[in-house]
Amino acid sequence: MPETKMRTISYAQAINEALHEEMERDEKVFLMGEDVALSAISPATAGLGERFGHERVRNTPISELGFTGAAVGAAMAGYRPVLDMRRIDFMMLAIDPIANQAAKLRYMLGGQVSVPLVVRAPEGGGSQNGPTHSQCLEAWFIQVPGLRVIVPSDPADAKGLLKSAIREDNPVLFVEYRALYSLEGPVPDGDHTEPIGKAAVKREGADITLIGIGSQARNCLEAAELLAGEGVDAEVVDPRTINPLDIEGLAASVRKTGFCLIAEEGHKSGGVGAEIAASIQEAAFGALEAPIARVAALDVPVPVHTKLEAIVLPSTEKIVAAANNLLS
Amino acid sequence: MSEEKAPLSDERMQMIYRDMLRIRRFEETAFELFEQGEVVGGIHVSIGQEGCSVGACSTLRDDDAILTTHRGHGHSIAKGTRLPEMMAELLGKATGLCHAKGGSMHIADVSKGHYGAHSIVGSNMPMAVGIGLAFHFEGKGQVAVVFFGDGAANEGSFHESMNLASIWKLPVIFFCENNHFASSTRVQYATSVADISARAAAYDAPGVTVDGMDVLAVHEVMVEAVDRARRGLGPSLVEAKTYRYFGHSRKDPQFGPYRTEEEWNEWKAKDPLLVAERILGVSEAQKKAHAEAVENELRDALAFARQSPEPAPEEVYEDLYA
Repeated sequence: MPETKMRTISYAQAINEALHEEMERDEKVFLMGEDVALSAISPATAGLGERFGHERVRNTPISELGFTGAAVGAAMAGYRPVLDMRRIDFMMLAIDPIANQAAKLRYMLGGQVSVPLVVRAPEGGGSQNGPTHSQCLEAWFIQVPGLRVIVPSDPADAKGLLKSAIREDNPVLFVEYRALYSLEGPVPDGDHTEPIGKAAVKREGADITLIGIGSQARNCLEAAELLAGEGVDAEVVDPRTINPLDIEGLAASVRKTGFCLIAEEGHKSGGVGAEIAASIQEAAFGALEAPIARVAALDVPVPVHTKLEAIVLPSTEKIVAAANNLLS
Repeated sequence: MSEEKAPLSDERMQMIYRDMLRIRRFEETAFELFEQGEVVGGIHVSIGQEGCSVGACSTLRDDDAILTTHRGHGHSIAKGTRLPEMMAELLGKATGLCHAKGGSMHIADVSKGHYGAHSIVGSNMPMAVGIGLAFHFEGKGQVAVVFFGDGAANEGSFHESMNLASIWKLPVIFFCENNHFASSTRVQYATSVADISARAAAYDAPGVTVDGMDVLAVHEVMVEAVDRARRGLGPSLVEAKTYRYFGHSRKDPQFGPYRTEEEWNEWKAKDPLLVAERILGVSEAQKKAHAEAVENELRDALAFARQSPEPAPEEVYEDLYA
């Protein structure tokens, strides 16, 4: 088999390439959102307006409810809209079309329609943007049957999973971590897609399983390097999609290591980590040598001040400390 | 002159009357079944509002789209929704349009251009904008009509949808059935303007108020709005003043705390079917023939529904993901 050629690009470039390639491939794909048609605003959408024109790369007014509902309608009528939500925080103005309509219409109408809609939702803290511009809300959306939820943590997955999301016939919430936009990594050349619903082992190890979601998959990899210096061989697993959640893929690692730590940037209570922990103990309770540990944002809003924000958000150091605590 | 603008033939006028009667009798039958406990879930009937649904849908092509509300039986039937499958949905049968998962509030027949009844008030307007956008991309002159009530005109989605349809010049017609009550709240209390159509000015769109009890008046106003939309000139807001004879839903009395029998009788005197008989020139013999045909159709629909099986337990997992 010929070796796949790899290129090093950023997470934002990976998203941009996926959008370019899918719009090229399928004329039913179109983009909508605030400021998507101007290249200077976001690296993820740069160049698309010039390449495909402003009919298909459609700037919207600040009208999240209106354009999200419109995307649901266009999807029902045979198109494949991709929305740019700018920040997931703004999606609260558009919950109804996503949770009440997009996710339920196929079921509620007895299979008469499908809603092939992708909502790109950049999110996350670390930039001193404060309580309403730093949230990680994917946990909310795994409570909505009918909605796929994807949380890529590196450029290859960002590209491969976004391309799969656009080809998916179900509505997809595609969560992008703003802190990862400049992260560079290898991406296979050509039509690179990744399967929805498969976890990926990002680093192999034997002593402890670190499950990282989105930005925290990156921090888990850094933590694993630090732990290696202390003689701990950590395995890092990224669920990549949290609806569907690849419980078997995660449990397989836990059966190997016996210890499990879950890191996420969302709040701890009712978080994605809580769901994963419950599912792992259902699947692999006998393999666990200690209770599952969780590292997450504290249950307070994300404050603006740098020092306060750092107290609230998870970090590589907090993951290392929690891992050591778990193993001791 | 476009096809819609040509004078209506007697045949079409007779069909308009028959569709109104089909709706009236379907809903009377459904309500009776509901009171007997045969309907699964709740129903909201639109009896009294038939002039709106038929007046509007009689201007549409098969490939045009409608979206309606929790009170959507009338629009569904006027757009050509299959009656047996619709009745089966009300009775919670596997053969129902929504496989017994949507019920009365989510009747849809996409094969007939009916993109669904939507039970979250105001939620259908943004979706209509999106279907209008798809039609704009397609360039085949199709239009999307979204029905909503006076209550929904106070939702934020109304503003966002009118604005989007206007700036993008989309073929969407916002059809407001002002039946004067959002559940128990009177429109005059809840609404900043006397005529909801006045709000169209804020979106640089035509806004017209029409007598919703007069099917031909509604038809004529809609011909203009549809023609404008097909020519790429953008949305219109049509407000039809009408009245629902029944309560909002199952436990709401016909009269009661928010309206009087006197007011009810005033509207009843303008009953859309009585008006239609007169203005459409329906003779006694024709009335009889229509009634007979409608009763036969309903009997067959009900028989189909009653003979259909209930959904199998496995159905609970079906149609969630494509």
